[in-house]
Amino acid sequence: MSAPAPEFDRGNARHGDDSRGRKRGMPGDRTVLAVEGLDVGTRHTPLLHDVTFSLHRGERVGLIGESGSGKSLTALAVMGLLGEGLRAGGDVRLSGRTAATRNLLDVGEREMARLRGDAMSMVFQEPMTALNPTMRVGAQVAEVMRIHGTQSTTGARRRVVELLDQVGLPDPAHLARSYPHELSGGQRQRVVLAIALANDPALLICDEPTTALDVTVQATVLDLVVRGVEERDAAMLFITHDLAVVATVCERVLVMYGGRIVEAGPVAEVFGDPRHRYTQGLIAASDLVGEGGRRGRAALPTIPGTVPAAGRFPDGCVFRSRCDHANDLCASLPPWTPRGEHPAGDRAYGFACHHPAGERPSHSTSPAGALAEGSTVEMEQHRG
Amino acid sequence: MADPDTPAIELREVYRDFRRPRTSLREAPPVVRAVRDVSLTVGRGERFGIVGESGSGKSTLLRLICGLDRPTSGEVLVEGRSVGDQPHRRLGWLRERLQLVFQDPMSSLDPRMRVRDIVAEPLVAQGIGGDHTRRVRELLERVGLDPEAADRYPHQFSGGQRQRISVARALAPDPDILVADEPVSALDVSVRAQVLNLVDEVVEGLDLTLVFVSHDLSVVRHVCDRIAVMQAGEVVEVGETEQLFAEPQHAYTRSLLAAIPDLHAALAGRTAQDLARGASPDAPD
Amino acid sequence: MSEIQGAPAQGLEGQAAAGGSSGRRLNPSLLIGGGIVAVVVVLALVSYVWTPYTPMRVLAVEPYQTPNAEHWLGTDRLRRDVFTQILVGARTTLYVGFVAVGVAALVGVPLGILAAMSPGWLGQLVMRSNDVLLAFPALLLAIMFAALYGGSTRVAMIAIGIATIPAFARITRSGALGVMKTEYVVAARAAGRSPLGIAVRHVIPNVAGLIIVQASVSFAIAILAEAALAYLGLGTPTGQASWGRMLYEAQTTLRSAPHLALIPGGAIALSVLGFNLFGDGLRDWLDPKLEGR
Repeated sequence: MSAPAPEFDRGNARHGDDSRGRKRGMPGDRTVLAVEGLDVGTRHTPLLHDVTFSLHRGERVGLIGESGSGKSLTALAVMGLLGEGLRAGGDVRLSGRTAATRNLLDVGEREMARLRGDAMSMVFQEPMTALNPTMRVGAQVAEVMRIHGTQSTTGARRRVVELLDQVGLPDPAHLARSYPHELSGGQRQRVVLAIALANDPALLICDEPTTALDVTVQATVLDLVVRGVEERDAAMLFITHDLAVVATVCERVLVMYGGRIVEAGPVAEVFGDPRHRYTQGLIAASDLVGEGGRRGRAALPTIPGTVPAAGRFPDGCVFRSRCDHANDLCASLPPWTPRGEHPAGDRAYGFACHHPAGERPSHSTSPAGALAEGSTVEMEQHRG
Repeated sequence: MADPDTPAIELREVYRDFRRPRTSLREAPPVVRAVRDVSLTVGRGERFGIVGESGSGKSTLLRLICGLDRPTSGEVLVEGRSVGDQPHRRLGWLRERLQLVFQDPMSSLDPRMRVRDIVAEPLVAQGIGGDHTRRVRELLERVGLDPEAADRYPHQFSGGQRQRISVARALAPDPDILVADEPVSALDVSVRAQVLNLVDEVVEGLDLTLVFVSHDLSVVRHVCDRIAVMQAGEVVEVGETEQLFAEPQHAYTRSLLAAIPDLHAALAGRTAQDLARGASPDAPD
Repeated sequence: MSEIQGAPAQGLEGQAAAGGSSGRRLNPSLLIGGGIVAVVVVLALVSYVWTPYTPMRVLAVEPYQTPNAEHWLGTDRLRRDVFTQILVGARTTLYVGFVAVGVAALVGVPLGILAAMSPGWLGQLVMRSNDVLLAFPALLLAIMFAALYGGSTRVAMIAIGIATIPAFARITRSGALGVMKTEYVVAARAAGRSPLGIAVRHVIPNVAGLIIVQASVSFAIAILAEAALAYLGLGTPTGQASWGRMLYEAQTTLRSAPHLALIPGGAIALSVLGFNLFGDGLRDWLDPKLEGR
């Protein structure tokens, strides 16, 4: 990360400014998606808390976490696809072809439908269920262009072949006439990608797009995804639980746990030098090989316990029920600690942990916290 | 117990064909060769990995080893005794020696049964006597669960805990061989490490032979001493784990290795394009 | 239908913490359905020890009476007490349901499991003969049986039961096929369970919900079929009380004395509803996944 470009200085200057709904989309601003203070929950159970991030044109950002961390929910909230009984609050702005003047959470379903598949699109995990089994794949690719009026019927037909060719499908003209069940899993996922890219979206959200695929197929599909967004200078939010995939595909990463973003930053920094204890545990547990070769058996570092059910995460630091370093200080919500300058603002590079890794204990615990240690433990247990 | 020199598992020129449903009245139904000409030997106490992508035949091979399916031709021997040509009801001895852990922690436990009945099932099925209640408690403790778990139903447990129950069930008849079919591929990363450690610990502690099937080479590398790589029903390469990783002989093994995303390599600058190139070396960019 | 509170959100597959298991909760369907079924059973039982008047006895009173203190539900064309007939008719209704469903389930369920568990020609044979039977309308079969063996409640209901076998066999087979694909059945095989053991221990408990719902639907159909056959004069013979028969006899006086049709009609409708609710409730109650959440 070298010195930020001048146009981004504005983003840094915003720090401290709490007002929502600032004017966006001014010329030179490359922000595609700005999510601020996104909360999602059912009537009784809050599921996402204060999710804040932004994506720039041409930027590939990973969103990682285990199942139940809220990463898919974040994507669905942005797409306006939250299920019944879920409510979202906060501010989500998208500047695609038009400037981001409105909060997407306030926009009606009709308007959202116009945006989906056009300015923003999504690739899901299961390529079989994402395609209509009774329609030829070419017609499905053409449909998304017709719906949004980006192509005439004849133009769409030509464009379908082009798009299928772009995602590396052999003999695209012939393949456009087949049905989804006649294709392999990898081919189906390429078709889904072609549909997602058909209208040159400003934002592509991928939700575990390669989890159901074989390794060799995954490699090809990842390559196509990266190329597809690069060619369009689009922003990508890539959701996965696989740290190695994120490190391969993305430049920046957001780590989620318990419905909160607990750490964020450039891939090399976050994975090379994690500060949040959850990130640290996740990296250690997923690294089967170890840096210098093979790890001893039965010696894999683990995170104790399991991810709690939705709504059963502790107050304060969401990770404290599984964290070895947790003490009573962690009962209070850890503030966001910026780690350094980042063009996308300080929420793009930092962490929220009272006892971050890589710091001396004296530094991590405030004197007040150290004094309080032990005296309020019982009280905390009642609250948990 | 058989002669200690006989291998735990031996496959001799094993083939398994499946007949597809008829598509025409005149033509013979098409035949799929799920496994062809596989010969393998797994020594006692060895940790043997079988790696392959979907459709490689690794699951079929596993079913053959476990006596859940019969080879079209060839021989499957477990501890020197033939498995393949026996009717299922005469495989009681095999069920005591060899047990399985499955991939999907949701569907591998009967939702209508309590944990104690699930874990005791191999004992009941094989008519093994003794105090089942005590044995179940013992087994649950062995796999790191609260013995009180016996009274609950599977849905009350998380994925990792369900895999522990699965391991407890497999250990119930005190087997010599543990066969694990993708036991961690449905689990979260933090839980995966817990289950891998558990598998390792019971294999070590109970001196078991392990056959570990997976699509994930890095998991197999961690767990196994020796690895067979399968592609389209054939074993294309068998080798000591580190040897296989350091000097893969077969082109398919090489592409498989090149396609695995790796955290260290990625941080060192390996891109998706590099992965894709490794996965299919002949494909143009 | 869902008994799970606080709808689990997409993406947040909440993993059930191994929380305490409290007892099974009685759901409203089970309570209401069970209540209605209990009422029918009580009516039938009471009729064995007490009825206001001798059943089917023609009384020296006015016909077509509306409900009054003497005759709680009035009297019919033949000057019989309607309440007495309702009581005795409840017996017929239960009898009809149990015979028809019993025949169908006892034959259909094993056939379905056999068809699912035996690969190849045996399974095919079972299902193809099932298809043949399915092509036979239930009422036609009942009419044939009545022609051969004479019209009686039992003959009619055995016929209805036989005609319902395919429904049970099909639903059991499709459920059992799903169960046979699960890993826990493979695990049971690997543990050394015999096919019979797998059928009893794994397949039946896991298809029980389907069978119960099918049984409650068939129960309702059988009650209606009995009424239809009585209406055609083929089922329960004259001189025996049955709700269907009462409805049949009331048709001529539908305008002048509608209560004679409404009372048995209402009884039939209510018990059909009761058995359906009871079936749904029982299915949920038996599902451990809905326990104590």
